[in-house]
Amino acid sequence: MSKFPKLIVAAMAASLLTGAAFAGKYKLGREATSEEVAAWNIDVRPDGQGLPEGSGTVSRGEEIWTDQCASCHGDFGEAVDRWPVIAGGQDSLASEDPVKTVGSYWPYLSTVFDYVNRAMPFTEARSLTPDDVYALTAYIMNINDLVDEDFELSKANFAEQKLPNEKNFFDDDRSSSPVFAKTEPCMSNCKPEVSVTMRARVLDVTPEDDSD
Amino acid sequence: MVRDMTTDSPTDNSKLQARRSFLRGGLAIGGAAAAAAATSGAALANGDPNILELKDWNQYPGDGVDARPYGAPSEFEEHVQRKSVPWLTADPISSVNFTPLHELDGIITPNGLCFERHHSGIAEVDPSEHRLMINGLVDKQLVFTMEDLMRFPRKNQINFLECAANSGMEWRGAQLNGCQFTHGMIHNVMYTGVPLKTLLEEAGLKGNAKWLLPEGADASGMTRSVPIEKALDDCLVAWKMNGEALRPEQGYPLRLVVPGWEGNMWVKWLRRIEVGDKPWHHREETSKYTDLMANGKARRFTWEMDVKSVITNPSPQAPLKHDKGFTVLSGVAWSGRGKVSRVDVSLDGGRNWQAARIDGPSIDKSMHRFYFDFDWDGSELLLQSRAIDSEGYVQPTKDALRAVRGENSIYHNNGIQTWHIKKDGTVENVEVS
Repeated sequence: MSKFPKLIVAAMAASLLTGAAFAGKYKLGREATSEEVAAWNIDVRPDGQGLPEGSGTVSRGEEIWTDQCASCHGDFGEAVDRWPVIAGGQDSLASEDPVKTVGSYWPYLSTVFDYVNRAMPFTEARSLTPDDVYALTAYIMNINDLVDEDFELSKANFAEQKLPNEKNFFDDDRSSSPVFAKTEPCMSNCKPEVSVTMRARVLDVTPEDDSD
Repeated sequence: MVRDMTTDSPTDNSKLQARRSFLRGGLAIGGAAAAAAATSGAALANGDPNILELKDWNQYPGDGVDARPYGAPSEFEEHVQRKSVPWLTADPISSVNFTPLHELDGIITPNGLCFERHHSGIAEVDPSEHRLMINGLVDKQLVFTMEDLMRFPRKNQINFLECAANSGMEWRGAQLNGCQFTHGMIHNVMYTGVPLKTLLEEAGLKGNAKWLLPEGADASGMTRSVPIEKALDDCLVAWKMNGEALRPEQGYPLRLVVPGWEGNMWVKWLRRIEVGDKPWHHREETSKYTDLMANGKARRFTWEMDVKSVITNPSPQAPLKHDKGFTVLSGVAWSGRGKVSRVDVSLDGGRNWQAARIDGPSIDKSMHRFYFDFDWDGSELLLQSRAIDSEGYVQPTKDALRAVRGENSIYHNNGIQTWHIKKDGTVENVEVS
């Protein structure tokens, strides 16, 4: 797309704003106040857009972690029961038992900040301050051997931090895969014989009915 | 005789028998069992007591109107329920249950049976306090009440919603005995709402608007990045399902409908849509809902749900309960890339195929219902179904998928399912060569 139409759109938008006319065809809804947008617009991107002012150290993060996170995620991110594992798992992704953690799998540190800030701790989302979230993010980096224990994370140095697995993600290319051939399938005598190679009852993990 | 290459022979016969009796007991409630005995035994001498004897419901009046101001299914249908697999997740607050596909027919999923997937439980939202905000790269950042939204021109559309992890537990082989558990993370519903395009145009998109971030009002604050092309194509901001208000567990009062794309993107309790120029790479599109390959690399932004089908009857939870003779095989098929143009059925594990009969409406990005009516000779069968969509894509075998993706993908398993029908009519989830 050329830049020319964008300029026209921008000019139209500017004229609408200065003219105080409603942009919409149906004139429904109302304009959001800046305070309303600020209250809900908490999302953070890999380039750092959306980060609040603040900072936090690994040691402060460890205090919060022990108090509010370790009961599910374990003291060092190893996890309790089936709760998500946060640390470790390096070099496991190509194995039969991949362990997908912040250090082994997650591509961007901003995802940690955004998710902890919006959804953690599990039973009391949105209760952490920005400094708490910086500190927890720093601690999670530390238990994944990405930074030393004297590290402090802040809005200023956030974008410099990279996670090791970022390069191993690629965009959807399923339609170029051999299993996506648009060929007329075989209808008769498609294979010489058929045998059962595995049965669900060997594992037998189907839930039983309560009334059974 | 079906050749069995599984090394473990069933030694725990008591457990197997228990399962069989459970499966057979599913519908055999009181009268039905008695009737079966009567028609096959000596009691038939004078005829069926269900005909010869007076029934209570034939003699005494029942409940009047208003006894059931919001109707519920018959008490004889109480076994038709969503069910979970408790060992699958750490806590029911962040978990999933499954649609009982084997109990349903046609293409519409009843609201109370649509599978649930929550990341922080069901948000109980007061619609009078609910707001939808559009912010970011728009001419005017807007706030709508539910009443505002219902004044926009409306659209109705029927779409399936399938979780990307549907059949995910089967990547390493046959594991769960029942299409409810292997394929039940799907439902098919008619939605009523306003096209997302209409709302975005009301706010006025800026020239660099390329991505959207829909966000939920629940305690997980669910977010996903959606490319603007999809948003302007066929997405809906919906408040009704199958004619009535969304159920709380489906996002009441407002959810996003993203036809054909993985269910996680259909943000429930939708409260905000941010417009941006780049994707956000949030938790549900990096740590989760990315497809790990055998070489350790991971495919991301795998939005479309590929062409897929499953035979729902007979299946492990719905065995054949009659001797040899005429019977109805039924199932569902769908594609996130269009309509289903054909479904083939095999009775011999994929050696030979015949076209099934698609019945009912054929709608873009909706479930389709198919039937294969045949005379069962009482022998063992290996049932398979194979769907082909309007783009020409053919549902692959599970082994073909494993060959290119390995076994660690979790998501997007659209491989062909095999059910082993035994001579006694019981059914097992198996894999075949």
